Amino acid sequence: MIERIDAIIIGAGHNGLVCGAYLARSGLKVLFLEARDAVGGMTSESTIDDDFHIAGLAHTSFPVCAKIRKDLRLEKFGYSAGKGIETITLQEDGRHLRFGRNTVSGPDLTDKDVDAYRHFKDEFFGYAKAMRPMFATRPPRLKNMDFADKMTLAKLGWNIRFGLGRESMYEFLRVAAINIYDVLEEEFEDERLKGALAADAVIGHHMGPRSPGTVLTWLARLHAELNGPLSVVSGGPSQMCNALLQAVEASGASIRTGARVKKILVDKGKAFGVELEDGEIVKAKTIVSNADPRSTFLELVGAPQLDATFIQRVTQIRGAGDVAKLHLALSGTPEFLGLSASELENRLLIAPTMRYVEHAFNDAKYARYSEQPVLEITLPSLHNDSLAPRGHHVMSVNIQYAPYDIDGGWHEQKTTFAYKIIALIGKYAPNLKSLIVDHEFLTPQDIESRYNVRQGHWHHGEMTIHQSFMMRPVHGAAQYNTPIDGLYLCGAGAHPGGGLTGLPGHNAAQRILESGIAK
Amino acid sequence: MSIPNDHFRQAIQHTPFHARLAALTQTEEWTVWNGCMAPRVLDKLSTEYFAVRSSCSVMDMSPMEKYRITGADAYRFLDRLLTRDLSALRPGRVTYVVWCNDEGKLIDDGTLFQFGDGDYRLCSQHHQFDWLMTSAMGFDVNIEVETHDVAALAVQGPTSYSVLTEAGIAGLEDLRPFGIANLSCQDFPVVVSRTGYTGDLGYEVWVSPENALPLWDAIFSVKSRYDVHAIGLSTLEMVRIEAGFIMPGFDFNTAESTVRANFDRSPYEVGLGWVVNLDKGQFTGRKALVAESKRPAKRRLTKITIEGNKPVGEAFIYNKKGGKLVGEIKCAVWSPILKANIALADIEYIGGALPKKLWARLDYQRELKWMSAWAECRPTNKPFYSPDHRSATPPSRL
Repeated sequence: MIERIDAIIIGAGHNGLVCGAYLARSGLKVLFLEARDAVGGMTSESTIDDDFHIAGLAHTSFPVCAKIRKDLRLEKFGYSAGKGIETITLQEDGRHLRFGRNTVSGPDLTDKDVDAYRHFKDEFFGYAKAMRPMFATRPPRLKNMDFADKMTLAKLGWNIRFGLGRESMYEFLRVAAINIYDVLEEEFEDERLKGALAADAVIGHHMGPRSPGTVLTWLARLHAELNGPLSVVSGGPSQMCNALLQAVEASGASIRTGARVKKILVDKGKAFGVELEDGEIVKAKTIVSNADPRSTFLELVGAPQLDATFIQRVTQIRGAGDVAKLHLALSGTPEFLGLSASELENRLLIAPTMRYVEHAFNDAKYARYSEQPVLEITLPSLHNDSLAPRGHHVMSVNIQYAPYDIDGGWHEQKTTFAYKIIALIGKYAPNLKSLIVDHEFLTPQDIESRYNVRQGHWHHGEMTIHQSFMMRPVHGAAQYNTPIDGLYLCGAGAHPGGGLTGLPGHNAAQRILESGIAK
Repeated sequence: MSIPNDHFRQAIQHTPFHARLAALTQTEEWTVWNGCMAPRVLDKLSTEYFAVRSSCSVMDMSPMEKYRITGADAYRFLDRLLTRDLSALRPGRVTYVVWCNDEGKLIDDGTLFQFGDGDYRLCSQHHQFDWLMTSAMGFDVNIEVETHDVAALAVQGPTSYSVLTEAGIAGLEDLRPFGIANLSCQDFPVVVSRTGYTGDLGYEVWVSPENALPLWDAIFSVKSRYDVHAIGLSTLEMVRIEAGFIMPGFDFNTAESTVRANFDRSPYEVGLGWVVNLDKGQFTGRKALVAESKRPAKRRLTKITIEGNKPVGEAFIYNKKGGKLVGEIKCAVWSPILKANIALADIEYIGGALPKKLWARLDYQRELKWMSAWAECRPTNKPFYSPDHRSATPPSRL
């Protein structure tokens, strides 16, 4: 049976699913080829000790934007934004702070900082809104602009000048490209408050609060928060991907799992199909890669099919993962000092001060894991009781920083590091150690091999300024096009980058449909 | 790669033939070529020129950049680097090649020697190691700079075959143009290729540096019977223009050294479209060149003959006397053998075609007084000078 395929999506992560759903809805015959046995990429489920289930890598997410929800009718397929949670930043002495959208509360917090936080969040939400034209469409080219590119820039200019107003525009232009450390130092006095915000700005990145561009990474996060509060990705597979999967299936696309693409087939600069690991060849005029840009260009396409400088740029993409993930299977509910049982539904941060976060990063700069890492902790089984046996729980911990390459190698140090993390959490939750039934620990190298993403980077590449917007992933491959005709990128390596937003997939689909291949 | 680790102590290097050149020079007119001392003229330009065209010239070409390219992916690497279809190249053969950046603009040109399967030498005008290493990303290939490990003499002119044979290099009779032969001279091995930059019958003789002086002495040992003359770069400049060969960095700005937009040139723009094969598959710059090939031609480096015998230096070209500026002369020479002013000129096309008329405005001095004159130019596609004896195999024994 030979069936005509219009578009092949390599990888059924959430962005691939969003992109494929849009393409299929506009009448294209779409085939997903996913190397793993499950769809959903980094959100797909991981099982520990047979009875404990947890979302593999994704951990918390903001709601999917209204446009994608509406276009793909995700609510109809069972999507809901999930229960909104707040962030509690833990202190060893129990003087925790609790953050809402623009509220913060906790012992010994001055009214001045409470007011400053409200004003600060509102102001920065304004900046994030002003940048919306840049995030929600393809980034404009600066050379050979077309009408849409000019409109995007015009909207951005209008939003910054008239949406923000003169004073806010000056402030936005002052802070947009600097580091979060300096900005937070100017705004706040409370070290706990600054520590938590600094951690939010750098989470998932190989950057410390003093690294340039960390205001921009925080703005990207705020842009997602505009859609609503954070919720826990509750596993099993995630609600978002489940809804997307159903949307994709309803649109007539087909999905093959366990189908690892080995090569993207190119003839005279044009993609015409893919070759699977077992030698099977599937042909299509449009190939969309949800894989990260380095895997796409260096492995799937290969240097011989591309220009030399382009390959050099791709080789130099900055994107070594710096976050490890620890999953704990627990025989009971951990007790955190100063937290009630109901408060454990929230996102718990260990980032007591901004200097703590910066010092944690210092280790990573010199190829060591953080002796005192920043931790982001959730208990997904409090949101979905099917994840663990009755009375039991699963805990998910993001550990920052854990460089992809460390001196001495991960093999030798993985276990020691895991024990250090458990001991660190133990300072805040003394009974934790006694509850551990089993664990799973993923270094960036494990993330790389499990999720087929080069160097195990969540975002498929750092979201630095020089790798953002029209430079994401590299000059010559922005706007979702690639130097290979008929080959597009739709993953986090493309603009606007990582996070469970679906925006790269949405923008890529727009781009592909604009190019006129739709029936 | 072997670079002597104290080479930096001497700002300008001597080539392995330096002792002989230094003994011969009457003028001490030296220049620097790729970091090596090289003569412009050794005694008299006209004598040297006529050695190339009438007897036998010998030029030290050791400073030429040389790269040895080996490894499992050597062919695939070169195929992706170079614009030309290499599928017909065989061991023992040489081909002329150019390479471009991603934008399809020329980086350099050179000759590619294939010694065996997966064993190549690339010779270039300019230093290319960085570009070769950039291009090597993703290929299993080994690139070694062998510029200083191989000495070379260009032996060129109608009697070059006879001179080399007399000098004791046997076996040249079957060597066709662009062929390579492993031979010996007296008791040491030499590699001889029938290649050159003069447009005449000629050979390039490659030898390890310790055999450089014995090779030189063997060639010059026939001087009592043949006119053998060492030449410098000034002669080379004359004869390469007669042969219609271009010089990257002089006739056009090379891409990697160009700052201003559109000051670099594509192969089409310098008349090298014949070395670009858009059908062979991917090579760096292909996509840009496909796009360029579909647009009307904007400009071409054109061979022109300029009427009259007034000296031609740098000059602008117009579409008529006092008309629209359409180009400029990049290099020009009075050709003694053709008795004509010949030049390569960068000409802007009008409506995708060469302007119907070309006029050069010549500014020149007569007894220190500046004069100005108009001279009509005639374009030509063929080399200005290409004698039949250049390609005859076997060459005539003279």
